[in-house]
Amino acid sequence: MAGRGEQRTRPCGAAPGPAEDHGAAPERVLFPPAFSVSEIKNKQRRHFMFLRWKQQQRKEKLANKKKRKKEREVLGDQAPPKPVPKTIENQRVYDETTVDPNDEEVAFDEATDEFAPYFNRQTVPKILITTSDRPRGRTVRFCEQLSSIVPNSHVYYRRGLALKKIIPQCIARNFTDLIVVNEDRKIPNGLVLSHLPDGPTAHFKMSSVRLRKEIKRKGKEPTEHIPEVILNNFTTRLGHSVGRMLASLFPHDPQFIGRQVATFHNQRDYIFFRFHRYIFKSEKKVGIQELGPRFTLKLRSIQKGTFDSKFGEYEWIHKHREMDTSRRKFHL
Amino acid sequence: MHSDEVVWDTLGNKQFCSYKIKTKTQNFCRNEYNLTGLCNRSSCPLANSQYATIKEEKGQCYLYMKTIERAAFPNRLWERVRLSRNYEKALEEIDENLVYWPRFIRHKCKQRFTKITQYLIRIRKLTLKRQRKLVPLSKKVERREKRREEKALIAAQLDNAIEKELLERLKQETYGDIYNFPIHAFDKALEQQDAESETDSDVEKEEEEEDEDADKREFVEVDESDLSDFEDMDKLATSSEEDDKSSSEEEETETEEKVRHTKSKGKTPLKGPARRKRAYVEIEYERETEPASKSKAT
Repeated sequence: MAGRGEQRTRPCGAAPGPAEDHGAAPERVLFPPAFSVSEIKNKQRRHFMFLRWKQQQRKEKLANKKKRKKEREVLGDQAPPKPVPKTIENQRVYDETTVDPNDEEVAFDEATDEFAPYFNRQTVPKILITTSDRPRGRTVRFCEQLSSIVPNSHVYYRRGLALKKIIPQCIARNFTDLIVVNEDRKIPNGLVLSHLPDGPTAHFKMSSVRLRKEIKRKGKEPTEHIPEVILNNFTTRLGHSVGRMLASLFPHDPQFIGRQVATFHNQRDYIFFRFHRYIFKSEKKVGIQELGPRFTLKLRSIQKGTFDSKFGEYEWIHKHREMDTSRRKFHL
Repeated sequence: MHSDEVVWDTLGNKQFCSYKIKTKTQNFCRNEYNLTGLCNRSSCPLANSQYATIKEEKGQCYLYMKTIERAAFPNRLWERVRLSRNYEKALEEIDENLVYWPRFIRHKCKQRFTKITQYLIRIRKLTLKRQRKLVPLSKKVERREKRREEKALIAAQLDNAIEKELLERLKQETYGDIYNFPIHAFDKALEQQDAESETDSDVEKEEEEEDEDADKREFVEVDESDLSDFEDMDKLATSSEEDDKSSSEEEETETEEKVRHTKSKGKTPLKGPARRKRAYVEIEYERETEPASKSKAT
């Protein structure tokens, strides 16, 4: 078997390099055109050479690391600061609709949009939770648990009623929000959140739904106290409006005695919902215990008016062919 | 093969008929002009030269008839009569057109017409109701989104984020007076009394046990008393409460423990497994010069 030695076969037809450079300075040493590992035709030998090359790279990398570490130790205090590792959040493409906290225009908009009366404490939310047709057990239980979390909410079954007919009735009975849990193949997979007196309608894709009994180390049942709300990472205008919509589900005056907190955390366009009970062990330590159901939402579309799939005016639709092209671009 | 008998003898029984579907119990006929859908001597459109059917096209019902006179002209074979939309009138029309025809065909035509009108009514009713729209999911997109969600969950570090936010809120004093962690006061005290004895620093550290400031020596039940609220810990709690009460010497400590019980309602974290590990009673002696290591209720 031919030895697995160096295969220094020059690719045929390659002109020797130094021929061109006779007049160059002696420091510029020109090597003959080196071959690359990918030019070997034999797969076994090529693989072997590649592994060797990889090992070399690793060795070099390790050596560089050690050198840098030594330099850092030698320099001590004057060492340059450690480079920050790149994360997706660091590398996120800057979104021009990012809200600046001091922006007056945004503040003005928010003072005059549909949620203003809620945030001014003029209205108390009253929520209707329903499902799509013929809900299965899991969805039903999920709706019950959701209604135990959201104060002042009622679950009604949809027995073949059209949403467009339900909505005027809800408005007549002073409901402020409508939640429709859509079900597919016996699991809830979608959420339509509609703010009622002609407010915006948001359609989410819901995933990873865990009911209370599937949560490990959960606490007792959530009590009737009004929970606090935490909204994390809603940075853009769109994110702001979604955040306000979600926050308007809960009454604006939380009861701190209850020590319950509902969190909507946005990370890379996925909104994680958690419901915890917290306890302050000291002023620097807090313990949290997960109670209620958990789920993740991904925004699919926002409509201006109430739910109307045919003639509605869409404010934002997620078009995955256009919006999913970059891994560093997020919209919420 | 011109005679019906011959046709039926050949196609129906002995040889192959391409419209025939055989199942275990029955034979069906796939011919579009078949009146009943079964493969019978009287229902076979090929084996009966005088035959009639009802067919429906776009919500309109038609009566098709074939007679033996036109058997030689296939393109004129089937005569079509449009039936009225009115059910009774249409039945009369069928009767009228098939007036001297065999009873079987007349009866079956009317039956078929009834069934067709019923399903047309049902179609119209259903289209008025909401239809379920099936949206196709792309498997690739679903897989990608699932993976991204998992990674986002890991990157989110939810527990830490929530805890940080809650501590922020505590610092911003959104909770008002509920929690007696006088942070700023203690910070100032720290600065002022930096050089003094450890008592002060102990006092600062032990905000929880504010009751014990007065007492110099107690039996302090750090862990188990705090468990009294949570039913998981009931067993532990009850046993340790008994221990407590038996071991506490002064009445003050008892009342204090009770007070602490009510106070500690708001304080203990509950991480189940972490708590369960401790089944022993930690007893601490409060002294003026207590060493700095005081274990917290964690």
